[in-house]
Amino acid sequence: MERPAPPVGASMPRVDGIAKVTGRARYLDDLDAPNAWHGATVRSKIAHGVLEGFELDPTFDWSRVVFVTAAEITGRNVIALIEDDQVALVPIGGQVMHVDEALALVAAPTRELAFAAARAVKPKVRALPAVFTIDESLAKKQLLYGTDNVYKQFLLRKGHGDDAALEAAIAGAAHVIEGTYLTSPQEQMYIEPQAMMAEWRDGRCYIVGSMQCPYYVHKAMKAFLDCGPDGVVISQSVTGGGFGGKEEYPSMLAAHVALLAKQAGRAVKIVYDRDEDIAATTKRHPSRVHHRLAVDANGEIVAIDVDVLMDGGAYLTLSPVVLSRGVLHAAGPYRCPVVRVRGRVVATNYPPHGAFRGFGAPQTTFAYERQIQKLANLMNEDALDLRKRLALRSGDTTATGQVLGFSVGTDEVLAAIERVAGPPPVASGTRNGSPVRRGRGIVFYFHGAGFTGSGEQKLAGRAAVALTTAGRFEVRSSSTDIGQGAITIFVQIAAGALGVDASLVDVVDPSTAQVPDSGPTVASRTCMVVGGVIERGAKILRGKLEAWAAEHGMAGRSIAEIAKARGPQGELAEIVQYEPPPGIAFDDATYTGAAYPVYGWAACLVDVTVDLDTYEAHVDRCVQAIDVGKAINPAIVKGQIEGGTLQALGWALLENVVYKDGKVANANMTNCIVPTFADAPELETILIEVPYPFGPSGAKGVGEIPMDGPAAAVANAIEDALGCAFDELPIMPEVIARSRDKWSAS
Amino acid sequence: MERLVKIALEVNGAPRTVECSPWKRLLDVLREDLRLTGTKEGCGEGECGACTVMLDGEVVNSCLVAAGQCGGRVVTTVEGLARGDVLHAVQRALVACGGAQCGICTPGIAVCATHIVDRGLIANRDEASARATVRELLAGNICRCTGYQLIVDAVIAAAREVGASR
Repeated sequence: MERPAPPVGASMPRVDGIAKVTGRARYLDDLDAPNAWHGATVRSKIAHGVLEGFELDPTFDWSRVVFVTAAEITGRNVIALIEDDQVALVPIGGQVMHVDEALALVAAPTRELAFAAARAVKPKVRALPAVFTIDESLAKKQLLYGTDNVYKQFLLRKGHGDDAALEAAIAGAAHVIEGTYLTSPQEQMYIEPQAMMAEWRDGRCYIVGSMQCPYYVHKAMKAFLDCGPDGVVISQSVTGGGFGGKEEYPSMLAAHVALLAKQAGRAVKIVYDRDEDIAATTKRHPSRVHHRLAVDANGEIVAIDVDVLMDGGAYLTLSPVVLSRGVLHAAGPYRCPVVRVRGRVVATNYPPHGAFRGFGAPQTTFAYERQIQKLANLMNEDALDLRKRLALRSGDTTATGQVLGFSVGTDEVLAAIERVAGPPPVASGTRNGSPVRRGRGIVFYFHGAGFTGSGEQKLAGRAAVALTTAGRFEVRSSSTDIGQGAITIFVQIAAGALGVDASLVDVVDPSTAQVPDSGPTVASRTCMVVGGVIERGAKILRGKLEAWAAEHGMAGRSIAEIAKARGPQGELAEIVQYEPPPGIAFDDATYTGAAYPVYGWAACLVDVTVDLDTYEAHVDRCVQAIDVGKAINPAIVKGQIEGGTLQALGWALLENVVYKDGKVANANMTNCIVPTFADAPELETILIEVPYPFGPSGAKGVGEIPMDGPAAAVANAIEDALGCAFDELPIMPEVIARSRDKWSAS
Repeated sequence: MERLVKIALEVNGAPRTVECSPWKRLLDVLREDLRLTGTKEGCGEGECGACTVMLDGEVVNSCLVAAGQCGGRVVTTVEGLARGDVLHAVQRALVACGGAQCGICTPGIAVCATHIVDRGLIANRDEASARATVRELLAGNICRCTGYQLIVDAVIAAAREVGASR
């Protein structure tokens, strides 16, 4: 009997690796579509106003161009998501809500002609006053949403009845540390720009493109086309990065190509230019977090009060759930009897802010880990010792009253950092002839894995594991590989549970025509939640095959042999639905209970050098110790953590989206920079495995957690180096220069 | 109509002739005229390096090279790195080390890294110096997925393998 090597826990090369290193992997713009026309988008130059009509340049040759406005939409002019407030194209007479909002579309035989045609359309927009700050929005300078411009608000209370009781708890404290923390918008900067293609055949719309969530697009297109579930088929092409940026926005492109393809009577594809992609698509929510941390004379936390404000931009999109995650992480992974967290996300006239790795948690993590460091400074206590003293452990309760039962890696991650920390960097010296100061920053943080609250139960995601007639196995789910390694992980999980070699398992390309809805590829849920469903399906299928074998004289034979014998008799598919772990319940009304089934736990150490001539802060060392439950594929997990870590270091030091009158002023890769090979430090990654009993082989979410902590670690390190606080991201040389008076004396 | 010119060049070891505007980007000649879609466009302005190819053995951004500059010259794209089914050491190492994630930057990085390894640009260096040099030489290729660590590991591993076989 053949005994395959256990696939789970091995750094198996990715199944799509060879296609990617040889250039054979076909992304949307690589697909053969010889007759496809190219679409382009006519966009607003004005942040807020009323669309009055279009002027088409009479000197332009319109004979080979299709021009489409909202009037041609046959279904509902909405991008259906949480609310249906966002239009696919602003109708004449309708409100323009942000610069670079889509107003009309063109399609032409070549991309050059399409872009030229788009430039030859002059929208006439009557401008209205625009709202560009959170404060203007709260003051209702213009009413953009509802009656108060607030898309969503939350109030979370622990250990007190009302505001007076909270204030009493704070008043009784020995010290109150109070701070306001600002974070900037951040561009996902996937290297493949947004891209989508549509074609109509026999009254059915076929859409293929770069995306994270085929069934999000499917839902949006059912409304937009006013069709049933079989009226539109959504398929993912190989996707060149997402990071949240291809969570909700692809529905917009899908609507546009579907409409153009219908009007042009042929396939139409839209591939955004980089500047267009940066200008028009979603960014991480900029935030302002006010935090009060009250401690007794011994430095024990007695109360935490946090007020979270986020700028949602011009439409609601995913802002309520981004805010929710931010609120639920705002008190941090620390013991505290009294907690109040208020959160509001407001409407402005910026392009909508949306999903980006971490999803609200990086903003509030930056605030609480700056506050905790200020407490360490106040107590004159070692950064690690303080965190060890205050951190949540098994048996403790979170801000929502969730009692932590299992898979709490606090001690392990803190011990791992302590083990490798070594002596702190020498405080001052010279580098390349410039005077420098050096410092070290430490953070401890957590990230809820999977959907918030009862999200997974409501979604009831399904996936299938099937024996094919060829005697091989297939995994069918709508969870996409966007570079994070999902399909490789699924192969390993299924092969492990089936007891077959990984080479016997295929993952079906996600298309709504051939896979069940396992939910969106978001929220650090793909491996843990969908992988768990696949593991269970594979085990059930294995049991059925073993029973069949016993009935057919094949008892004791390998699953591979049984599959070879049973396969030709007909497909055997096991469709399994997600089941929440026992005892996991969340009350959406009171915001109490198990906010997440389980958390990842992490600690991060950063050493920086600040150049006193150029004011640049350089990360010399960055160590992350992260409890992932179980690394199904350690190399892939390491790659996930390091990629997220560098995005966080970029957010801390050099990434910024600059708006001018509501328009992105640095909409190109020359000015909207992200870290290069030369900017990145050598990254040290320590995988900690404290198993989650309800995850596949103990695995829990890993995709987002590395994004949350490093920015605060960088700020803590710069504070250590210069002796003054940095509470605003990004900490660019200009910021350090501006605070020169504060640190030059110290 | 724009003037079209015939341009003869060598691509991945084979003579090719294209008829196009001399202003057409080499990137588009490769992707559209020759259907070599391994070379990607990430930014169109020479910042991201996804379109990296070798031109007469030097690494260039093909989005910044005009077709009219390419007559009689030798182009190597990601499709030209392997010998048949035998991957270049850099390609094997990228797979083995986990240096490719979403893969859109990978062709450009594979081309540049092959240049580094085949030219021996990090040969006979200690580990730290070799890693720093790889980071400097690949600084024109942006990857948003990996944090670069596993790509650097792969280039070092490939250089060792190629160096050992010399």
